[in-house]
Amino acid sequence: MRSATPWSDVVRFLVEATGETLYMVGVSTVIATVLGVPVGVWLQLTAKGGLRPNAAVHRILSFVTDLGRSMPFIVLLVALTSVTRLLVGGSIGSTAVIVPLAVGAIPFVGRLVQNILSEVHVTVVEAAITTGASTLRIVRSVLIRESLPALINAIGVTVIALIGYSAMAGVIGGGGLGDLAIREGYQRFNDRILWSTVAWLAVLTTVIQFGFTRVAAAADRRRHASV
Amino acid sequence: MITVENLTKSFQGVSALNGVTLDVEAGTVLGVVGPSGAGKSTLARCVALLERPDSGAIRVDGTDITSLDGSALRAARRQIGVVPQGDSLLRQRTAAGNIALPLESAGIPGPQRRTRVGELLDLVGLTDKAASYPDQLSGGQRQRIAVARALAANPSVLLADEPTSALDPETTGSVLTVLDRARAELGVTVLIVTHDMGVVRKICDDVAVLEQGRVVEHGKVLDLVNDVASRTSSALLPAVDLNPINESSYDRVADVVLVGFAAVGALLPEAAHRFGVELNIVGGGLTRLGETPVARFRLGLNGERSDSALEWIGEAGGSVQRSLKGPQGVAA
Repeated sequence: MRSATPWSDVVRFLVEATGETLYMVGVSTVIATVLGVPVGVWLQLTAKGGLRPNAAVHRILSFVTDLGRSMPFIVLLVALTSVTRLLVGGSIGSTAVIVPLAVGAIPFVGRLVQNILSEVHVTVVEAAITTGASTLRIVRSVLIRESLPALINAIGVTVIALIGYSAMAGVIGGGGLGDLAIREGYQRFNDRILWSTVAWLAVLTTVIQFGFTRVAAAADRRRHASV
Repeated sequence: MITVENLTKSFQGVSALNGVTLDVEAGTVLGVVGPSGAGKSTLARCVALLERPDSGAIRVDGTDITSLDGSALRAARRQIGVVPQGDSLLRQRTAAGNIALPLESAGIPGPQRRTRVGELLDLVGLTDKAASYPDQLSGGQRQRIAVARALAANPSVLLADEPTSALDPETTGSVLTVLDRARAELGVTVLIVTHDMGVVRKICDDVAVLEQGRVVEHGKVLDLVNDVASRTSSALLPAVDLNPINESSYDRVADVVLVGFAAVGALLPEAAHRFGVELNIVGGGLTRLGETPVARFRLGLNGERSDSALEWIGEAGGSVQRSLKGPQGVAA
């Protein structure tokens, strides 16, 4: 029976793995947001009752989106290997994990965004239409700005989901907290590392969630009547 | 200024508008009234260019705006300021920011925008609420901001769809005052769609009654009240209570409608004096349409020259509507 890993080593492992996780999740969240928000906007514009209703486009887009969302991440991870190699010049390591993470998150973000945009009340949108605003302006100043707090929360939800997905990064050598818990903790029967990682993950996700909630609240101009 | 010609619109085979024709003179206020399901909302949405009619035309300054597309459509929309039904303000923008929206759409630069927003806040009396968010305003204040927004891009026509439907009577007054000021100070032509005859009573010059997608009555409010058979008169004039016992003691009983200060003030006493008759008001009352006092009285007359007195009232501008007791009555 070997002695437990010293705490200083546990911390070193955790710091390193946290860096990898935040790198993978951070970059893929940015990519998923940049590409997923337009997908969500497009879904909502083409939806029935949207600003540019188009049943055919909407159906195709919905189908692709739902297909992307139904794909188990572990499958996406290995299925996209050749695409990943093309995009980042390699198929292993943290950077390589970003590709499937982002690809998996785009439809996820797209659906979340569409749901949120559809909540903007129709009278508000129509009022904007009657001002002679262009579709682009309505998307920007009305749909997105009115739902900004909810959109920020949705990005927070995406980050948390991606932290979960990134636990599978170990499969292609991506590292990160999930990999640490599985490889160093679970497979080597190192309970100290396993449970430290679990606890740290709980703290990390809580802090991230809290941060997003705060930012979303700060962006929300709806205040309870003070007059 | 704005004319609606033979407008039809149906939804899945159910016709909502059935050949609606309306005409609103520049600088006047038209109230479109009617029961629910009469097509008021559809008409409002067509005029707001949110719904395309199946046939017919909507002309602003002679130009048909129903078949426009793209930037021409957006430009036409700026010609028609719309106060939509219900809460329509951006909740993430201040009152001033909401009013600025049409100006942004019109591409008006920042400094001019701020000046214009200031003028409009002043017009609706909410200068001190410029930086407030909609959630910090009362329902009436929000609606006044919506009116200011509708007026921002200097439209020639203002369309208000049930602007007072969710408001209490006092707040309704403040919103109507603002609409009236828009007409008086900006010369805007106003079209109000409402189920509330009180709105017509307070600020409308003209009224159109819509029923089952058709205009069944259209004209000046003060003309229509003289016509006892009109829906407008029965809705706006004071009711005359039936009191047969009371009425039996008169030689003549008649309803008269009197419009204007002079008529309401001096006409009846003068008639009584001139013809030496006893003239009593046995029913009805006085009301006000806009600034004009209007009365509908049931008169009871005693005396030989009662008929002459009634005739004289008619010639002097009152409209004698119903002689309940004819010449073959007691006096004959």
